[in-house]
Amino acid sequence: MLALVSPALLVILALIVLPVGWLAWQSIYHDGFTLENYRRVFTEDIYWRSFALTFEISLAVTVIALLLGYPVAYLANSVPKGWSILILSLVVLPFWTSVLVRAYAWLALLQRTGVINQFLRYLDVISEPLALVHNTLGTVVATVHILLPFMVLPLYATMQKIPGDLMQAGASLGASPSLTFFRVFLPLSLPGVLAGCTMVFVLCLGFYITPELLGGGRTVMVSMLVSRNVELYNQFGAASAVAVVLLASVLVIFFIVSRFISLDRVLGQK
Amino acid sequence: MNMRRTVGLGCGLVGAIGWIGAADAAEQITFVSQGGAYQQAQTVAILDPSAKKLGITINQDSIPDAWPAIKTQVGSGKPIWDVVDTPTGYCLRGGEQGLIEKLDFSKIPNAAAMPEAYRSPYSVSYEFYSSVLAYSQKTFPKDGPNSWADFWDVKKFPGRRALRNHPIATLEAALMADGVAPDKLYPLDVDRAFKKLEEIKPNITVWWTSGAQSAQLLNDGEVDMEMAWNGRVSAVAKEGAKVTFTYNQGILQSTSLCILKGAPNLETAVKFINEAVDPVHQANLPLNIDYGPGNPKAFETSVIKPERAAQLPSEPANAAKQALMSYAWWSSPSGEAAEKRWAAFMQK
Repeated sequence: MLALVSPALLVILALIVLPVGWLAWQSIYHDGFTLENYRRVFTEDIYWRSFALTFEISLAVTVIALLLGYPVAYLANSVPKGWSILILSLVVLPFWTSVLVRAYAWLALLQRTGVINQFLRYLDVISEPLALVHNTLGTVVATVHILLPFMVLPLYATMQKIPGDLMQAGASLGASPSLTFFRVFLPLSLPGVLAGCTMVFVLCLGFYITPELLGGGRTVMVSMLVSRNVELYNQFGAASAVAVVLLASVLVIFFIVSRFISLDRVLGQK
Repeated sequence: MNMRRTVGLGCGLVGAIGWIGAADAAEQITFVSQGGAYQQAQTVAILDPSAKKLGITINQDSIPDAWPAIKTQVGSGKPIWDVVDTPTGYCLRGGEQGLIEKLDFSKIPNAAAMPEAYRSPYSVSYEFYSSVLAYSQKTFPKDGPNSWADFWDVKKFPGRRALRNHPIATLEAALMADGVAPDKLYPLDVDRAFKKLEEIKPNITVWWTSGAQSAQLLNDGEVDMEMAWNGRVSAVAKEGAKVTFTYNQGILQSTSLCILKGAPNLETAVKFINEAVDPVHQANLPLNIDYGPGNPKAFETSVIKPERAAQLPSEPANAAKQALMSYAWWSSPSGEAAEKRWAAFMQK
């Protein structure tokens, strides 16, 4: 058994354990053992602000993605097979486009002379262009778009496994469609909700390109702190400490989620 | 099957070693610049002619930001690069940290005529660019903003603004807006600069992080005026955007050539640096791209036509209107402290 899995273990060791270990090592060792990098991460204002902002944005993105994704998954689940394939393709299609391209596309849509502002001005709804981008709003909009498939797919997978008979049984006992939805369907789909939310939230925590391009320089998320520390200040130690704290927060989230549902489900195995 | 693959790999390795050995026989260096149109332009103007004249091979590599790589390479004890073209501040900081070789100027006669401020013990200016005040001619058809004080004057010049998300040149602009003369900037009064920046902060729509982004902001009409690099603005203008800029109170910046500590081809690298700042090679650079020569002697070669010279940041009359950035200050402890303070300023 060990002989069979050892190539896989080697790959994991070389590609994951060693780099992450090296990362963690750099954060505590610089000409001797030091906790200076962590002291800064936990006491300096800018780090707190970035972590707080990152969690706020991730939360907002998750909630919006859930509100948008749930009806889509529900629809895909309740229409005939052909239609559901079409709906899911529409969800997954943007997934194959580069994140960079999508960020620029949103820029073209949202900026002052962009499609949306031009159109609203043409309709005389507004007289001055709205500030839709180069701020937190633009970042959230584009991030939701990019992460939506991660919400819809686990939701759809969960909904697929809810037996249709249960709904019929509810109806036969005299419950209205909305009552069966809220009492039967919704509770049964909750593992999918949790799985989707975890995926979206965790992925959002590490977002980099989107806030960099659409945040106008003020939306400084944690991953941007990592890059600034390396590029601007050449402090690999500080960058590693930030990365380790981010990684730890993700692990904590996964641990908490695993108390409620099987992690295989979140990662799409079952 | 496995055996054959191993043999093949072995032959390949032997071949590769043989090839490296052969190349080693002739003199060669590895030169690193920032890539893109800029590196192409210098290949035509400077690198190819220098290689030909010296009879050496110049291997090229490119990286947008060489500093982390310089640190890692020299730190590993076996650098593979010889000469880098990088913002002058990195050469100085690297010199102080023992990452960059001290230059023997007796072997670089072409640098002798360059102003003292264009050289350091570790580096020679290679080309000049400028952080200028650029604006849209659609918003300001005439009498556009002409100084940093104008940029700060949101009543007289209403409109949306952008600055670079970086303290270098931005602090200089803030101080000039506050009335400091361009030649009296250093040492920078950092407190005063940040105080002045707080004033304009609410009016800054975008803090840009890349040159391409700054060009796009101006081109799309997303901002009406901004600090940008002269070459980026003229490139957008050439494509038909109604934008322009002024050299008045621009901040003249340079990239320099410097040699990595323990570079494999030190001797040849020094020879190359001397050749690279040769006035004629230097004069050829602005014929290919909107950057000024690092060696002012280039303006005396008659290679650059007067109309062209007038557009360049380091042309003496243009240079006189600008502030010359002190990389020595920026690589000093106060400069580094100011850089760190920037992050806190941005997130407040």
